[in-house]
Amino acid sequence: MEIKDAQYKESTSDWGVKAKAIEATIDGVVCSIPISEDNRHYNEIMKQVKAGTLTIKDAD
Amino acid sequence: MSKAAELAALIANVNKGSSLANKNFIINGGMQVWQRATAATAAVDGAYKTVDRFFNWVSGGGAYTTEQSTGHLATTGHENALKLAVTTADTSIASGDYYVIGYKIEAQDLQSFKYGSSSANAVTLSFWIRATKAGTHTLFFSKNDSTQYIYVAEYTVSASDTWEHITITILPDSNIKAGAGAIANDNGAGITIGFVLKEGSNYEGATASAWNTSKYTTSNQVNNMDSTSNTWYLTGVQLEIGEKATEFEHEPYETTLAKCHRYFVKINDDFTGSNAYHAWSSIRWGSNQQFATVALPQPIRAQATVTITGTTGVTFKCDGSSDSKTAVVHLNTEKSGLVSFYGNSLSFDPANSKAGTLFINDDSSMQFDAEL
Repeated sequence: MEIKDAQYKESTSDWGVKAKAIEATIDGVVCSIPISEDNRHYNEIMKQVKAGTLTIKDAD
Repeated sequence: MSKAAELAALIANVNKGSSLANKNFIINGGMQVWQRATAATAAVDGAYKTVDRFFNWVSGGGAYTTEQSTGHLATTGHENALKLAVTTADTSIASGDYYVIGYKIEAQDLQSFKYGSSSANAVTLSFWIRATKAGTHTLFFSKNDSTQYIYVAEYTVSASDTWEHITITILPDSNIKAGAGAIANDNGAGITIGFVLKEGSNYEGATASAWNTSKYTTSNQVNNMDSTSNTWYLTGVQLEIGEKATEFEHEPYETTLAKCHRYFVKINDDFTGSNAYHAWSSIRWGSNQQFATVALPQPIRAQATVTITGTTGVTFKCDGSSDSKTAVVHLNTEKSGLVSFYGNSLSFDPANSKAGTLFINDDSSMQFDAEL
């Protein structure tokens, strides 16, 4: 699984509630990945981060 | 098998804990549902590309495509089959190479196996196979939770490019009957089945018809990847409790589709050429932000990865203003089957008092992936 260009994305509402996910390109396709250990893409991202082969940029 | 023998096998399996309905632990074993694609698509390691629920493990110098093949009803009882065609041969398999068609079963659906107890059940896997390469083939049946135990089976393809029905019974050993043999009662992967095309020496060395802890195939496995003339077909996959294979459990299409929707949903424009759209209500979330909630057909296994495909993507619209996004990045998926989209940095600031819409354009699709 080739993962590139990972970045946290946040969206904060007028009343302060925050939605957060990771945007990344997986096998050439831009995806939005939930922050959830039940999600296989999230687990692979964190595995590659731990291995030092991928970095997740902070949210803009 | 005679009808009497078939009935006896069915009764024996039921007595062991199988059921007359939903006896097959493989979803889409008849290859009915193809939400992603039916045409030949290159296999990518770890990815689901064509038929629902079956995925690729591919690493090495070779390559293959998978696609839907039709016209197999008379021979196999199934109109559709998964066809694999080698596009780049690998005649020299390196130690770490692997080529496998995989299938994962959700753990909480497997509790009736009674693994981890002295009364663990035997299970039987049956399927139709057609391969250019005759000879010895293998598959593995891996119990994932706690200690990993892997059962490796050999089977023989007697004739090249000819459909054959294979039956493999997997008996629990003392490890499976002990505590470390248990399958967690959760939504993770409980069992992984791998139909081996060829694997390198790192994965070879298993004893056939036995459990081990680290090997996935035997050295007898033929190399299905050694020529671009090779094809490999699979259909009618059934896994059931008991020591005998019984008749494949055919389901209405919508039943199988609903089961597949627990793991993957694709929403696209079904009105090709009519310039029509699917739309949902949306409201203001914040400055230059809107959000909308999409209800999936049913609860999904886990929070899903969301992909927007197509040229135009989705459009947020409110009070005469609109902005299209090909990567709607903010979401919040729940096991309820509700997915919320957050459109960020829109070109307009939606009014608080006015409802908007989120619609998917007719050249695009939304995909929700909660596969194991």
